[in-house]
Amino acid sequence: MASLHVLANPARFRRFSQKVLPVLSGATALVLAVGLYLALVESPPDYQQGETVRIMFIHVPSAWLAMAGYALLAGLGAALLVWRHPLAALMARAAAPVGAVFAAVCLLTGSLWGRPMWGTYWVWDARLTSMLLLFFLYLGHIALSRAYDDAERGDRAAAILALVGVINLPVIKFSVDWWNTLHQPASVMKLGGPSIHPAILTPLMVMAAALLLLFVVLVMVRTETEIDRRRLDAAERAQ
Amino acid sequence: MTPRMSPKRRRLWLLVGSLGVLGAAVALVLTVLNDNIVFFYSPTQVAEKHPGPERRFRLGGLVEQGSVNKNGQEVRFTVTDLQKTVPVVYRGLLPDLFREGQGVIAEGTLGPDGTFTARDVLAKHDENYMPPEVAKALKESGRWQEGAGKK
Repeated sequence: MASLHVLANPARFRRFSQKVLPVLSGATALVLAVGLYLALVESPPDYQQGETVRIMFIHVPSAWLAMAGYALLAGLGAALLVWRHPLAALMARAAAPVGAVFAAVCLLTGSLWGRPMWGTYWVWDARLTSMLLLFFLYLGHIALSRAYDDAERGDRAAAILALVGVINLPVIKFSVDWWNTLHQPASVMKLGGPSIHPAILTPLMVMAAALLLLFVVLVMVRTETEIDRRRLDAAERAQ
Repeated sequence: MTPRMSPKRRRLWLLVGSLGVLGAAVALVLTVLNDNIVFFYSPTQVAEKHPGPERRFRLGGLVEQGSVNKNGQEVRFTVTDLQKTVPVVYRGLLPDLFREGQGVIAEGTLGPDGTFTARDVLAKHDENYMPPEVAKALKESGRWQEGAGKK
Protein backbone atom coordinates (compact mmCIF):
# COMPACT_ATOMS: atom_id res chain seq x y z
CA MET A 1 0.00 0.00 0.00
CA ALA A 2 2.94 2.30 0.66
CA SER A 3 3.87 2.36 -3.03
CA LEU A 4 0.36 3.48 -3.92
CA HIS A 5 0.77 6.47 -1.69
CA VAL A 6 4.10 7.32 -3.32
CA LEU A 7 2.45 7.33 -6.73
CA ALA A 8 -0.44 9.54 -5.65
CA ASN A 9 1.25 12.81 -6.45
CA PRO A 10 3.07 11.74 -9.62
CA ALA A 11 -0.24 10.40 -10.93
CA ARG A 12 -1.86 13.78 -10.40
CA PHE A 13 1.09 15.43 -12.14
CA ARG A 14 0.69 13.07 -15.06
CA ARG A 15 -2.97 13.91 -15.54
CA PHE A 16 -2.10 17.60 -15.37
CA SER A 17 0.84 17.39 -17.78
CA GLN A 18 -1.11 15.40 -20.35
CA LYS A 19 -3.72 18.13 -20.36
CA VAL A 20 -1.33 21.09 -20.76
CA LEU A 21 1.49 19.56 -22.84
CA PRO A 22 -0.24 19.84 -26.25
CA VAL A 23 -0.97 23.54 -25.63
CA LEU A 24 2.54 24.22 -24.30
CA SER A 25 4.20 22.39 -27.19
CA GLY A 26 2.23 24.42 -29.73
CA ALA A 27 3.10 27.65 -27.95
CA THR A 28 6.78 26.67 -27.89
CA ALA A 29 6.85 26.04 -31.64
CA LEU A 30 5.10 29.33 -32.34
CA VAL A 31 7.21 31.53 -30.03
CA LEU A 32 10.42 29.83 -31.16
CA ALA A 33 9.55 30.48 -34.82
CA VAL A 34 8.82 34.15 -34.11
CA GLY A 35 11.93 34.45 -31.93
CA LEU A 36 14.23 32.94 -34.53
CA TYR A 37 12.79 35.18 -37.24
CA LEU A 38 13.32 38.28 -35.07
CA ALA A 39 16.79 37.17 -34.00
CA LEU A 40 18.15 36.06 -37.36
CA VAL A 41 16.32 38.31 -39.84
CA GLU A 42 14.58 41.28 -38.23
CA SER A 43 17.12 42.53 -35.72
CA PRO A 44 19.86 44.93 -36.77
CA PRO A 45 23.58 44.19 -36.46
CA ASP A 46 25.40 45.65 -33.47
CA TYR A 47 27.51 48.80 -33.88
CA GLN A 48 30.62 47.01 -32.58
CA GLN A 49 30.09 43.31 -33.12
CA GLY A 50 28.26 43.39 -36.45
CA GLU A 51 26.34 40.19 -37.21
CA THR A 52 28.16 38.25 -34.49
CA VAL A 53 25.74 39.78 -31.96
CA ARG A 54 23.16 37.20 -33.10
CA ILE A 55 24.99 34.50 -31.14
CA MET A 56 23.77 36.31 -28.02
CA PHE A 57 20.15 35.44 -28.80
CA ILE A 58 20.94 31.80 -28.03
CA HIS A 59 23.82 32.31 -25.61
CA VAL A 60 22.12 34.57 -23.04
CA PRO A 61 18.78 32.68 -22.73
CA SER A 62 20.75 29.41 -22.46
CA ALA A 63 22.78 30.87 -19.60
CA TRP A 64 19.61 32.05 -17.84
CA LEU A 65 17.92 28.68 -18.23
CA ALA A 66 21.00 26.77 -17.14
CA MET A 67 20.96 28.83 -13.93
CA ALA A 68 17.17 28.69 -13.49
CA GLY A 69 17.31 24.95 -14.12
CA TYR A 70 19.87 24.55 -11.37
CA ALA A 71 17.75 26.63 -9.00
CA LEU A 72 14.89 24.25 -9.84
CA LEU A 73 17.12 21.25 -9.05
CA ALA A 74 18.01 22.78 -5.68
CA GLY A 75 14.34 23.50 -4.92
CA LEU A 76 13.45 19.92 -5.85
CA GLY A 77 16.35 18.70 -3.71
CA ALA A 78 14.95 20.59 -0.70
CA ALA A 79 11.45 19.26 -1.44
CA LEU A 80 12.83 15.73 -1.47
CA LEU A 81 15.07 15.95 1.60
CA VAL A 82 12.80 18.05 3.81
CA TRP A 83 9.27 17.17 2.75
CA ARG A 84 9.97 13.81 1.03
CA HIS A 85 7.89 14.94 -1.89
CA PRO A 86 7.65 11.87 -4.16
CA LEU A 87 7.49 13.83 -7.40
CA ALA A 88 10.59 15.91 -6.61
CA ALA A 89 13.11 13.14 -7.20
CA LEU A 90 11.54 12.18 -10.50
CA MET A 91 11.42 15.73 -11.76
CA ALA A 92 15.04 16.33 -10.69
CA ARG A 93 16.11 13.31 -12.75
CA ALA A 94 14.15 14.72 -15.66
CA ALA A 95 15.46 18.29 -15.35
CA ALA A 96 19.19 17.71 -14.80
CA PRO A 97 20.13 16.61 -18.35
CA VAL A 98 18.02 19.41 -19.86
CA GLY A 99 19.81 21.99 -17.71
CA ALA A 100 23.16 20.43 -18.57
CA VAL A 101 22.42 20.84 -22.28
CA PHE A 102 21.56 24.51 -21.81
CA ALA A 103 24.79 25.03 -19.85
CA ALA A 104 26.75 23.32 -22.64
CA VAL A 105 25.03 25.44 -25.30
CA CYS A 106 25.88 28.56 -23.29
CA LEU A 107 29.56 27.57 -23.02
CA LEU A 108 29.88 26.55 -26.68
CA THR A 109 28.14 29.60 -28.16
CA GLY A 110 30.09 31.87 -25.82
CA SER A 111 33.30 30.27 -26.98
CA LEU A 112 32.38 30.73 -30.65
CA TRP A 113 31.56 34.38 -29.96
CA GLY A 114 34.74 34.91 -27.97
CA ARG A 115 37.08 33.82 -30.74
CA PRO A 116 36.27 36.65 -33.19
CA MET A 117 35.36 39.27 -30.55
CA TRP A 118 37.83 38.81 -27.72
CA GLY A 119 40.47 37.00 -29.74
CA THR A 120 40.25 33.76 -27.73
CA TYR A 121 37.92 30.78 -27.34
CA TRP A 122 38.43 30.51 -23.61
CA VAL A 123 39.96 32.29 -20.64
CA TRP A 124 39.89 31.29 -16.99
CA ASP A 125 38.12 34.37 -15.69
CA ALA A 126 35.61 34.23 -12.85
CA ARG A 127 32.48 34.23 -15.03
CA LEU A 128 33.61 31.55 -17.48
CA THR A 129 35.07 29.35 -14.78
CA SER A 130 31.98 29.50 -12.54
CA MET A 131 29.78 28.71 -15.55
CA LEU A 132 31.95 25.69 -16.39
CA LEU A 133 31.59 24.63 -12.75
CA LEU A 134 27.79 24.80 -13.16
CA PHE A 135 28.05 22.44 -16.13
CA PHE A 136 30.15 20.02 -14.06
CA LEU A 137 27.66 20.25 -11.17
CA TYR A 138 24.95 19.16 -13.61
CA LEU A 139 27.09 16.24 -14.79
CA GLY A 140 27.78 15.31 -11.15
CA HIS A 141 24.06 15.40 -10.40
CA ILE A 142 23.29 13.13 -13.35
CA ALA A 143 26.06 10.70 -12.43
CA LEU A 144 25.27 10.66 -8.71
CA SER A 145 21.55 10.04 -9.19
CA ARG A 146 22.43 6.94 -11.20
CA ALA A 147 25.31 5.76 -9.04
CA TYR A 148 23.33 3.49 -6.67
CA ASP A 149 21.38 0.32 -7.34
CA ASP A 150 18.75 1.72 -5.03
CA ALA A 151 17.31 4.65 -7.02
CA GLU A 152 16.13 6.45 -3.90
CA ARG A 153 19.64 6.59 -2.43
CA GLY A 154 20.84 8.10 -5.71
CA ASP A 155 18.03 10.65 -5.60
CA ARG A 156 19.02 11.77 -2.09
CA ALA A 157 22.74 11.98 -2.86
CA ALA A 158 22.01 14.04 -5.97
CA ALA A 159 19.66 16.27 -3.97
CA ILE A 160 22.45 17.08 -1.52
CA LEU A 161 24.78 17.93 -4.40
CA ALA A 162 22.10 20.18 -5.92
CA LEU A 163 21.75 22.08 -2.63
CA VAL A 164 25.52 22.44 -2.12
CA GLY A 165 25.98 23.65 -5.69
CA VAL A 166 23.34 26.35 -5.35
CA ILE A 167 26.08 28.52 -3.75
CA ASN A 168 27.56 28.76 -7.25
CA LEU A 169 24.52 30.59 -8.66
CA PRO A 170 25.14 33.98 -6.99
CA VAL A 171 28.85 33.55 -7.78
CA ILE A 172 28.01 33.21 -11.50
CA LYS A 173 25.59 36.13 -11.45
CA PHE A 174 27.84 38.56 -9.58
CA SER A 175 31.24 37.30 -10.76
CA VAL A 176 31.41 40.14 -13.26
CA ASP A 177 30.79 42.70 -10.50
CA TRP A 178 32.90 41.23 -7.69
CA TRP A 179 36.01 40.67 -9.79
CA ASN A 180 37.20 42.17 -13.02
CA THR A 181 36.71 39.64 -15.78
CA LEU A 182 37.08 39.41 -19.52
CA HIS A 183 33.36 38.68 -19.72
CA GLN A 184 31.28 41.84 -19.96
CA PRO A 185 29.06 42.85 -17.00
CA ALA A 186 25.28 42.36 -16.99
CA SER A 187 23.33 44.10 -19.76
CA VAL A 188 19.74 43.12 -19.00
CA MET A 189 19.25 42.28 -15.33
CA LYS A 190 20.96 45.21 -13.66
CA LEU A 191 20.10 48.33 -11.70
CA GLY A 192 19.18 51.25 -13.92
CA GLY A 193 17.60 49.15 -16.67
CA PRO A 194 19.05 47.28 -19.62
CA SER A 195 21.83 48.77 -21.71
CA ILE A 196 20.63 47.01 -24.83
CA HIS A 197 18.76 48.90 -27.51
CA PRO A 198 15.09 47.79 -27.82
CA ALA A 199 15.74 46.59 -31.39
CA ILE A 200 18.16 44.01 -29.98
CA LEU A 201 16.48 43.52 -26.57
CA THR A 202 13.08 42.50 -28.02
CA PRO A 203 14.36 39.49 -30.00
CA LEU A 204 16.43 38.50 -26.98
CA MET A 205 13.39 38.46 -24.70
CA VAL A 206 11.26 36.56 -27.26
CA MET A 207 14.03 33.97 -27.61
CA ALA A 208 14.25 33.75 -23.81
CA ALA A 209 10.49 33.10 -23.63
CA ALA A 210 10.76 30.47 -26.39
CA LEU A 211 13.62 28.62 -24.71
CA LEU A 212 11.87 28.84 -21.33
CA LEU A 213 8.80 27.18 -22.88
CA LEU A 214 11.05 24.58 -24.48
CA PHE A 215 12.67 23.91 -21.11
CA VAL A 216 9.28 23.46 -19.41
CA VAL A 217 7.99 21.14 -22.15
CA LEU A 218 11.15 19.00 -22.10
CA VAL A 219 11.13 18.70 -18.31
CA MET A 220 7.44 17.76 -18.27
CA VAL A 221 7.80 15.11 -20.97
CA ARG A 222 10.87 13.69 -19.26
CA THR A 223 9.13 13.69 -15.87
CA GLU A 224 6.29 11.65 -17.37
CA THR A 225 8.89 9.18 -18.62
CA GLU A 226 10.52 8.98 -15.20
CA ILE A 227 7.12 8.31 -13.58
CA ASP A 228 6.48 5.50 -16.06
CA ARG A 229 9.94 4.08 -15.51
CA ARG A 230 9.53 4.07 -11.73
CA ARG A 231 6.16 2.34 -12.13
CA LEU A 232 7.67 -0.33 -14.38
CA ASP A 233 10.47 -0.93 -11.87
CA ALA A 234 7.94 -1.25 -9.06
CA ALA A 235 5.83 -3.65 -11.11
CA GLU A 236 8.87 -5.77 -11.98
CA ARG A 237 9.93 -5.93 -8.36
CA ALA A 238 6.44 -6.91 -7.28
CA GLN A 239 6.44 -9.94 -9.58
CA MET B 1 12.16 18.90 28.38
CA THR B 2 12.05 21.11 25.34
CA PRO B 3 9.15 20.47 23.00
CA ARG B 4 10.21 18.22 20.13
CA MET B 5 10.31 19.60 16.65
CA SER B 6 8.55 17.65 13.96
CA PRO B 7 10.97 15.74 11.70
CA LYS B 8 10.10 17.99 8.78
CA ARG B 9 10.91 21.16 10.71
CA ARG B 10 14.11 19.62 12.00
CA ARG B 11 15.22 18.67 8.50
CA LEU B 12 14.33 22.12 7.23
CA TRP B 13 16.41 23.85 9.92
CA LEU B 14 19.26 21.43 9.36
CA LEU B 15 19.18 22.31 5.66
CA VAL B 16 19.01 26.07 6.26
CA GLY B 17 21.81 25.82 8.82
CA SER B 18 24.13 23.79 6.62
CA LEU B 19 23.57 26.05 3.64
CA GLY B 20 24.30 29.09 5.81
CA VAL B 21 27.58 27.61 7.05
CA LEU B 22 28.54 26.50 3.54
CA GLY B 23 27.71 29.94 2.13
CA ALA B 24 29.83 31.65 4.78
CA ALA B 25 32.73 29.28 4.07
CA VAL B 26 32.58 29.92 0.34
CA ALA B 27 32.36 33.69 0.92
CA LEU B 28 35.48 33.56 3.14
CA VAL B 29 37.45 31.49 0.62
CA LEU B 30 36.50 33.79 -2.25
CA THR B 31 37.43 36.87 -0.21
CA VAL B 32 40.84 35.44 0.64
CA LEU B 33 41.47 34.40 -2.96
CA ASN B 34 40.27 37.76 -4.28
CA ASP B 35 43.68 38.68 -5.70
CA ASN B 36 43.94 35.43 -7.63
CA ILE B 37 40.43 35.52 -9.05
CA VAL B 38 40.90 39.00 -10.49
CA PHE B 39 41.54 38.53 -14.19
CA PHE B 40 43.56 41.66 -14.82
CA TYR B 41 45.09 44.69 -13.11
CA SER B 42 44.14 48.26 -13.99
CA PRO B 43 46.93 50.82 -14.58
CA THR B 44 46.24 52.24 -11.10
CA GLN B 45 46.67 48.79 -9.51
CA VAL B 46 49.87 48.29 -11.54
CA ALA B 47 51.21 51.57 -10.19
CA GLU B 48 50.39 50.46 -6.63
CA LYS B 49 51.74 46.91 -6.88
CA HIS B 50 54.93 47.47 -8.93
CA PRO B 51 55.09 43.94 -10.39
CA GLY B 52 58.67 42.87 -11.11
CA PRO B 53 60.00 42.68 -14.68
CA GLU B 54 59.92 38.85 -14.54
CA ARG B 55 56.28 38.57 -13.47
CA ARG B 56 53.71 37.95 -16.19
CA PHE B 57 50.33 39.48 -15.55
CA ARG B 58 47.34 40.89 -17.39
CA LEU B 59 46.82 44.60 -17.78
CA GLY B 60 43.30 45.83 -18.48
CA GLY B 61 41.76 49.17 -19.32
CA LEU B 62 40.68 51.34 -22.21
CA VAL B 63 42.80 51.97 -25.28
CA GLU B 64 43.45 55.71 -25.04
CA GLN B 65 42.03 57.82 -27.86
CA GLY B 66 44.65 58.67 -30.47
CA SER B 67 47.33 56.55 -28.87
CA VAL B 68 47.41 53.65 -31.36
CA ASN B 69 50.55 53.72 -33.47
CA LYS B 70 51.09 50.92 -35.99
CA ASN B 71 54.58 50.39 -37.36
CA GLY B 72 54.65 47.28 -39.54
CA GLN B 73 53.99 44.32 -37.24
CA GLU B 74 54.54 46.39 -34.13
CA VAL B 75 51.66 48.19 -32.43
CA ARG B 76 52.10 50.74 -29.71
CA PHE B 77 49.18 52.04 -27.67
CA THR B 78 48.38 53.37 -24.22
CA VAL B 79 46.07 51.62 -21.74
CA THR B 80 44.23 53.94 -19.38
CA ASP B 81 41.74 53.65 -16.53
CA LEU B 82 41.12 57.41 -16.78
CA GLN B 83 43.50 57.96 -13.83
CA LYS B 84 46.80 56.31 -14.71
CA THR B 85 48.16 55.11 -18.04
CA VAL B 86 50.59 52.40 -19.13
CA PRO B 87 52.26 52.37 -22.57
CA VAL B 88 52.05 49.00 -24.32
CA VAL B 89 54.03 47.53 -27.17
CA TYR B 90 52.76 44.43 -29.00
CA ARG B 91 53.77 42.43 -32.04
CA GLY B 92 51.05 40.29 -33.57
CA LEU B 93 47.44 40.16 -34.69
CA LEU B 94 44.83 42.24 -32.90
CA PRO B 95 41.26 40.97 -32.26
CA ASP B 96 38.33 42.44 -34.23
CA LEU B 97 37.04 44.55 -31.37
CA PHE B 98 40.39 46.23 -30.69
CA ARG B 99 39.92 49.95 -31.23
CA GLU B 100 40.52 53.26 -29.53
CA GLY B 101 38.19 53.92 -26.62
CA GLN B 102 37.36 50.22 -26.21
CA GLY B 103 38.36 47.88 -23.41
CA VAL B 104 41.47 45.77 -23.87
CA ILE B 105 43.35 43.18 -21.84
CA ALA B 106 47.03 42.59 -22.56
CA GLU B 107 49.11 39.79 -21.08
CA GLY B 108 52.83 40.28 -20.71
CA THR B 109 55.51 41.87 -18.56
CA LEU B 110 56.29 45.36 -17.38
CA GLY B 111 59.76 46.53 -18.37
CA PRO B 112 62.03 48.66 -16.14
CA ASP B 113 61.23 51.70 -18.30
CA GLY B 114 57.51 51.32 -17.49
CA THR B 115 56.58 49.98 -20.93
CA PHE B 116 54.39 46.91 -20.93
CA THR B 117 55.49 44.30 -23.49
CA ALA B 118 52.38 42.34 -24.44
CA ARG B 119 52.57 38.76 -25.68
CA ASP B 120 48.81 38.47 -26.07
CA VAL B 121 46.08 41.07 -26.56
CA LEU B 122 42.37 40.41 -25.96
CA ALA B 123 39.56 42.85 -26.66
CA LYS B 124 37.05 43.40 -23.87
CA HIS B 125 33.50 44.00 -24.96
CA ASP B 126 31.31 46.33 -22.91
CA GLU B 127 27.70 45.63 -21.96
CA ASN B 128 26.15 48.05 -24.46
CA TYR B 129 24.31 46.71 -27.47
CA MET B 130 22.76 48.93 -30.15
CA PRO B 131 22.30 49.20 -33.92
CA PRO B 132 24.96 51.23 -35.80
CA GLU B 133 22.50 54.05 -36.61
CA VAL B 134 21.76 54.57 -32.91
CA ALA B 135 25.46 54.71 -32.06
CA LYS B 136 25.95 57.26 -34.84
CA ALA B 137 23.02 59.37 -33.62
CA LEU B 138 24.31 59.28 -30.05
CA LYS B 139 27.74 60.42 -31.18
CA GLU B 140 26.28 63.23 -33.29
CA SER B 141 24.06 64.50 -30.50
CA GLY B 142 27.03 64.53 -28.13
CA ARG B 143 25.39 62.11 -25.68
CA TRP B 144 28.03 59.46 -26.34
CA GLN B 145 30.02 58.45 -23.28
CA GLU B 146 33.26 56.75 -24.15
CA GLY B 147 33.80 53.70 -22.01
CA ALA B 148 30.72 54.55 -19.96
CA GLY B 149 30.18 50.98 -18.89
CA LYS B 150 33.81 50.36 -17.99
CA LYS B 151 34.64 50.06 -14.33
